[in-house]
Amino acid sequence: MEIKVAQKMLDANDEMARHNRLLFKEKNVFVINIMSSPGSGKTTLLEKTLGRIQPDINCGIIVGDICTKNDAERILKTGAPAIQINTDAFGGECHLSAGSIEKAASDFNLEEMDLLIVENVGNLVCPAEFDIGEDVRVVVLSVTEGEDKPLKYPLMFRESSLALLNKIDLLPYLDYDIGLTKKYITRINAEMPVIEISSKTLEGFDQWIEWLKNRIIQKK
Amino acid sequence: MHEMSIAIQIIEIAGASIPDELKGTPVEKLNLKIGKLSAVIPDSLVFCFDIAAENTAFEGSFLNIEEIPVRLKCLSCDHQWIIEEPAFKCDSCNSGSIEVISGRELDIESIEFQD
Ligand SMILES: Nc1nc2c(ncn2[C@@H]2O[C@H](COP(=O)(O)OP(=O)(O)O)[C@@H](O)[C@H]2O)c(=O)[nH]1
Ligand SMILES: [Mg+2]
Ligand SMILES: [Zn+2]
Repeated sequence: MEIKVAQKMLDANDEMARHNRLLFKEKNVFVINIMSSPGSGKTTLLEKTLGRIQPDINCGIIVGDICTKNDAERILKTGAPAIQINTDAFGGECHLSAGSIEKAASDFNLEEMDLLIVENVGNLVCPAEFDIGEDVRVVVLSVTEGEDKPLKYPLMFRESSLALLNKIDLLPYLDYDIGLTKKYITRINAEMPVIEISSKTLEGFDQWIEWLKNRIIQKK
Repeated sequence: MHEMSIAIQIIEIAGASIPDELKGTPVEKLNLKIGKLSAVIPDSLVFCFDIAAENTAFEGSFLNIEEIPVRLKCLSCDHQWIIEEPAFKCDSCNSGSIEVISGRELDIESIEFQD
């Protein structure tokens, strides 16, 4: 005896993501989901980005981490409201879910917010699978990681709207072939723009900030 | 890495779809479809499922996973093909404007009960 189920395993998450997307649209908040391996420079990128766009743009930050509060404390120093979600319920959950974003977002005053930036848990696999109700996904890859990461984590690079190649200030000290990385990114997602940046020297930030501001305007 | 939470979701969703008259009938098999592009590793999922199924209707049942190949469609020339390697470029016209038609599945198909 066989009965049909025909349901998606992530139905509950996807439903919550739809709910979040509606809420963010109603409140006119642009939401960006930033993903990378641990240590690629997401928090540093956020700190420096906030330094460039505040107070013109009202921001809120949600940081996902397995168990520490350090990242949120770093962000709070920029003056932006920040909420840390610790995902240790199952001995270290590997991604943020739409439900955890809904909960965190309810602690913000969305009426006064233009931009919500979510720093996802450091991981190139799982966050790609979980819609949180964002408008865009940005993948950060640093030049201290292997050139072939795009080939190893194709879903992440398929699902992103922009790739930031971070830490280019280190290029003179490395044998890194940035052309090869870009070639691999093109193989996975030819239509995705790639911007080279340094969150240390702020090289490339003009282009990144312009991209971000354009996307925020497009939503309005 | 999120296979345990997925296993729990599967058991919740599948459990809720068992009609009253079959409640208590031992489940033999749970059929899933998992796309090869998804971030779920079948072996880990089976491992987590066996643990999560303890003391539920699915205890001791077999998790049958059909892996779905990654099928692409070129948005420029409509060509369709299946990839084994991560290369999202049309092998007919070279366009990089590609739609993923299948390979992202994370679907619960059906439940089979013992007769
Ligand atoms: N040289 C250099 N170091 C960076 C850059 N961005 C981040 N880092 C360093 O990389 C380490 C990890 O950065 P962090 O922002 O915590 O990474 P996260 O885990 O992705 O949030 C820190 O020591 C940062 O100072 C960069 O552009 N250049
Ligand atoms: Mg961080
Ligand atoms: Zn084509």
